[in-house]
Amino acid sequence: MSLKRIISITLSAGLVLGAASVSAEPTGQMLADTCAGCHGTDGVSTGPAAPHLAGMSSVYLVDSMNQFKSGERASTIMGRIAKGYTEEQYAAMGEVFAAQDIPSADQKTDADKVAAGAKVYEDSCEKCHDEKGALADDDSGILAGQWLPYLQYSMEDFKSGAREMPKKMAKKVKKLDDAQIEATLHFFASQK
Amino acid sequence: MKKFTRRNFVKVVGGTAAVSAVGAPVFSIASGTKKVVVIGGGTAGATAAKYIKRGDSSIDVTIIEPNKHYHTCYLSNEVLSGHRTMESIRFGYDGLKGHGINIVHDMVSGIDAGAKKVMTAGGQSFDYDRCIVAPGISLRYDTIGGYSEEAAQMMPHAWKAGEQTQILRDQVHAMKDGGTVIIAPPPNPFRCPPGPYERACQIGMYLKANKPKSKIVILDAKKKFSKMKLFMQAFDRHYKGIIEWHSVEETGGVASVDAKAGTITTGKGDTMKGDVVNIIPAQHAGSIAKTAGLTNDSGWCPVDHATFESTIHKGIHVIGDAAIQKPLPKSGYAASSEAKVTAAAVVNLLNGNQPGDPSWVNTCYSIVGPDDAISVAMVYNLVDGKVAKIKGSGGLTPMDSSATDRAREVQYAYSWFNNITSDIFM
Repeated sequence: MSLKRIISITLSAGLVLGAASVSAEPTGQMLADTCAGCHGTDGVSTGPAAPHLAGMSSVYLVDSMNQFKSGERASTIMGRIAKGYTEEQYAAMGEVFAAQDIPSADQKTDADKVAAGAKVYEDSCEKCHDEKGALADDDSGILAGQWLPYLQYSMEDFKSGAREMPKKMAKKVKKLDDAQIEATLHFFASQK
Repeated sequence: MKKFTRRNFVKVVGGTAAVSAVGAPVFSIASGTKKVVVIGGGTAGATAAKYIKRGDSSIDVTIIEPNKHYHTCYLSNEVLSGHRTMESIRFGYDGLKGHGINIVHDMVSGIDAGAKKVMTAGGQSFDYDRCIVAPGISLRYDTIGGYSEEAAQMMPHAWKAGEQTQILRDQVHAMKDGGTVIIAPPPNPFRCPPGPYERACQIGMYLKANKPKSKIVILDAKKKFSKMKLFMQAFDRHYKGIIEWHSVEETGGVASVDAKAGTITTGKGDTMKGDVVNIIPAQHAGSIAKTAGLTNDSGWCPVDHATFESTIHKGIHVIGDAAIQKPLPKSGYAASSEAKVTAAAVVNLLNGNQPGDPSWVNTCYSIVGPDDAISVAMVYNLVDGKVAKIKGSGGLTPMDSSATDRAREVQYAYSWFNNITSDIFM
């Protein structure tokens, strides 16, 4: 756990304690079930664009929600909803989704792009997105079997600057052309 | 003994050890299968049934619903524009049967809250430990002169999806270019507050592409409405010269209709002819709620927000559009959220636990043009026993959101539809 994360959790825990007398504390399951209308039952999305939450690490979910809340990560609606929860509540939801198996989106991908993307993946992505994007413990989100439009939106936001890329990723992405990036997204989306 | 609930029983006698002292009949009640009867297999009822089973599969759950299929109101406006098929908004009950839920196709005729019994028109009777009433809305035809269920065959409300949606769709598609569509949105409170205005946009999309000389006149019973600025922006952006909206202050709304002549008369006395007339009348809770004595003077059902248990009849929970849930809206997502809170409470109560602390969300999309959708969202918690908006959360799509974001919201609206319907029926 990074120092930054420890500090931010400690700070928000302090805020939660301060507010505890005002509001009740729903269970993680209660909180997670409210996500299902857009992200699917147990976080398994039926698509076409809203991402699966199932299988991702709690740390990744908490980080993402904090970034949505602050606006650091661009969104259409997620930031507005993220503002309704505390960091402890993100973590409680995160535990529920982390306990689920990683799903695979039922979608078409282009076989040629998948093959080309596999090569890019090995050269540029594997270090941080281990096991073809299916390792929750690397806290880099679950890319394997994720809905393709969601992966495309994410990359558009990274490239436009609406969402900041980690330095290592920015360095790698800079060297890739649009076709290589698209191929890599097909590779992740095709994972079963 | 009046207050001798199962929970008290466990507390008092300490479980099964005391069986011989208390006697076999009490034991058989205490250990017998707990029964929940859900009245209405729409968004709220079906979700509650499924989530009770998820929470405790030993609970016997029965849904009583007259129809073999449910048509979602959400995205039924896309059927009007031709962007969606009727089949895509039609759902059956096989998925719920697969979760072990009993499905009974019959019409509930009454609830005996004292005897904890539900009676049907088909002559069946169902005992319950807890009952969930989710009947949706009833349409108050008598609030508009000359309007009736029969008149709705000619001037459809299309506010309960299905046959009514088909009638309105067929009328719009058969209309000549240069025709006039009249839409009369109802006064508050009503099911799906942004729905009439999304409907104008969806019909507008069809007319703009196919019959561009036509127009849509909205004669509102209100002076403002949900997502108003965003809709006005959409009317201006996509449907200039096609959609015009008139406040109740201007026209007095639609006071009466002559369905055969195809005319409406406003509250200010002006008569107008429409080639297609969509009358959405004022609403109350679904009629069984009134029959069962669950409504108050407002025509809706007062509930304890912590559990959505009726404040009139104990042991009966009312969820979805029929309940008084403000500040939650009468929307599909809110109905689903209320159902989950209630399911958790029912499972806990039937197992002798506290109902648990609730959390609700509403998320609602309106597709207002090609690659253009807008949304509203809110997160709610329980404060002093009432549903409360969490300050700083939620809100609307920004007026200046980019074309990219608007296009993404369309895809998220479709994701919303696919996921919520799977969450309910699969």
